Amino acid sequence: MALTNIYKFFRSLEDEHIILSFKGDFTSDLLNAFLHLMEAKMNELNVDLKQRKRVLNVLIESLQNLYHHVESNNDFEIKKVKETALVLVKYFENKFTIQTGNFIENNSLNELKSRLKEVNSLNNDELRGLYKLKLENNTLSVKGTAGLGLIDIARKSKRKLDYHFIEVDEKSSFFCLKIVVE
Amino acid sequence: MRKINIEGSSKTPRINFDGEKGVLEFYGRSIPENSVEFFEPLNQWLVEYSHNAKDDTVIDIKLEYFNTSSSKCILDFFKRLESMNGPVTNVKVNWYYEKDDEDMAEAGEDYDAIVDLPFKLIEVEEI
Repeated sequence: MALTNIYKFFRSLEDEHIILSFKGDFTSDLLNAFLHLMEAKMNELNVDLKQRKRVLNVLIESLQNLYHHVESNNDFEIKKVKETALVLVKYFENKFTIQTGNFIENNSLNELKSRLKEVNSLNNDELRGLYKLKLENNTLSVKGTAGLGLIDIARKSKRKLDYHFIEVDEKSSFFCLKIVVE
Repeated sequence: MRKINIEGSSKTPRINFDGEKGVLEFYGRSIPENSVEFFEPLNQWLVEYSHNAKDDTVIDIKLEYFNTSSSKCILDFFKRLESMNGPVTNVKVNWYYEKDDEDMAEAGEDYDAIVDLPFKLIEVEEI
């Protein structure tokens, strides 16, 4: 990046009301640090308890999704280039918007798409029902994931999840997810 | 019966298990990336306790946050208690939630619906 472009980059984050952002590897320590910073920010902003908890819950689930996803990637070449992910947190007019971006292998696209579609087709009571059903019947994966993350995110957001896939090459796509918490 | 006192961390709750009193307490947050490792020793303890359980066992849950990985482990933990309830000991669960935290109250209701244990949902000012 040219030296003067740093200002443009800064300006664009500022104009988008981004209060926190990170691009890099999603390690366990990073998760800790990110959550800690967000808690401090929300204290500063006097965010009420319900919204504060929802924002943090959504962040925990979405960042842990990225963490587990990155961890599961075994193809070294893909791993080397693509294990980084991006997260942005915007705060504007009392609304938090959490945006994440990460590479995903094309062969797992369909499964993810169908889960997103399912979650978006349900209202809040139905989401609660699905959460209960899966909580009772799903078993934890080796990584400790319960397959409940997206459902939980949708429940806390109370809105449809906004998402988009950009095909990068034959093997991978970039998954963009946007979650609003009012 | 040995006691368990586990200090809380940024991702795991503080745990106090007192086998002499039959009281098990969880405080704080449970958001580890993989909660199985964290819950395993607690399940072990429960097995130990079941050989020498008190007449009444009280579970106090005062969680600020928990992630979906933990939600499954918490359910498994309740299931273990459910199988002990009656013949081994009388289990009571107190599920605390902060005023205005309807999500945490809902979570307690959902566990109450899934697990056959007496649940008491208790609203408090602060956790």
